[in-house]
Amino acid sequence: MKGQSVATKPDAKSAHQAPQFLVHEDGDSVGVIVVEGIQTGQDLAGWVMAEDRTIKVKVLNDIPIGHKVALKDFAVGDSIIKYGVNIGKVVAPIKKGEHVHVHNLKTRRW
Amino acid sequence: MQTKFLGYRRENGRVGVRNHVIILPLDDLSNAACEAVANNIKGTMAIPHPYGRLQFGKDLDLHFATLIGTGCNPNVAAVVVIGIEPVWTNRIVDAIAKTGKPVAGFAIEKNGDLNTICAASRKAKEFVQWASEKQREECDLKELWVSTKCGESDTTSGLAANPTVGNAFDKLEEAGCTLVFGETTEITGGENLVADRCATPEVRKQFQFFFDRYAKLVDDHKVDDLCDSQPTKGNIEGGLTTIEEKALGNIQKIGKKCKIIGALDKDEAPTGPGLWFIDSSSAAAEFVTLVAAAGFVVHFFPTGQGNIIGNPILPVIKLGANPRTVRTMSEHIDVDVSGLLRREVNLDQAGDNLLDCMFHTANGRLTSAEALGHREFVLTRLYESA
Repeated sequence: MKGQSVATKPDAKSAHQAPQFLVHEDGDSVGVIVVEGIQTGQDLAGWVMAEDRTIKVKVLNDIPIGHKVALKDFAVGDSIIKYGVNIGKVVAPIKKGEHVHVHNLKTRRW
Repeated sequence: MQTKFLGYRRENGRVGVRNHVIILPLDDLSNAACEAVANNIKGTMAIPHPYGRLQFGKDLDLHFATLIGTGCNPNVAAVVVIGIEPVWTNRIVDAIAKTGKPVAGFAIEKNGDLNTICAASRKAKEFVQWASEKQREECDLKELWVSTKCGESDTTSGLAANPTVGNAFDKLEEAGCTLVFGETTEITGGENLVADRCATPEVRKQFQFFFDRYAKLVDDHKVDDLCDSQPTKGNIEGGLTTIEEKALGNIQKIGKKCKIIGALDKDEAPTGPGLWFIDSSSAAAEFVTLVAAAGFVVHFFPTGQGNIIGNPILPVIKLGANPRTVRTMSEHIDVDVSGLLRREVNLDQAGDNLLDCMFHTANGRLTSAEALGHREFVLTRLYESA
């Protein structure tokens, strides 16, 4: 809680290098950028949370914090998997390392 | 984990964590008188809203249920109700009176605003002085009713803030608390996962009924794929692309172990401990108003981009994991869980941090939303008035 110093104190014993992107689980085809200021061409370190392992990807766009990066190439009509579940259909080709958002991914519902 | 908190035990045995005396309008016309009474009598609070005239059928039933539930909530010590006429006013008064708490109604017709304000102010003064003598007493954790709903979510909600609530919910369920989640449209894409968490086939069937009913409402009224509304512009700015992605983040709030023991309609309240689903709007203030009326006394509100909602009677605890939001909107965030994204804390520690804040809040510490004066009270409407 703020003001009471109970939140987010680094624990020296379990210190890890802070990842630049997170992936929910193995098999997910996108990661989420969790730091600000990521720019084209950067090599990023990612953490696959469920399996507790690290992976790398080179980003091909500037990607804002909270936005997704493709972990593989996609063709139109492919599904994107996050949380191990289908989150929508690809509507424009995507290369590994590119920004995935409303310009290339749409809902299959509604 | 602590197992006790300091709460207000009400006449009907329920336990509240606030001691509000509210001035509750039946209808839009009575807002001015309610606000005048709350201005006259310090320590009381008016809860203005825009409805209550010419509603009918299930929409009217929900209006009454929400106002009555608000008055019955154990965070409320006593209630003054003001309406334009006495019949509907007394319908609310009589229902709240069943809890045993002090309640009085005043009607404006044949009196005018000024005489009504005078009489209601005298009663409100009596109530607030009576309530101010109420003492907190030690209560069991299992007597706490905790609700959750997220807002202005982004991808960090599903990565960190919502799983933190889920971790806390798993612990609170084990402790015997009464819990609720909902947001019917915002589980679209993850509805099968929620259905699989239902404790019995009957609960699953009831949940599916509510989900299908809301899906039909969207189908009947939509003009596109809802890309202008759901996800919201804030969700999209925060990196969420589709309703499926938003839903999968949303349902992290129900933890990994909790089973759903019942599915409630919008005007229903839980009848026992455990995790409940409530059919509900995904709009923050509508949802929190509904669960306050269902009797919940503390709310967990994870946010990504920074929803600032509060409620007049239900303390809303905000938690956030997006480091930019935590930095730029720090006055709104009660629990900063951005350390999860940096691997500085684990989920179990983050859940404990949230529970620590919950105990402080239950014991009387004001939430950020309370300190900032957020009192959003929004009644859910089902259709037009007659």
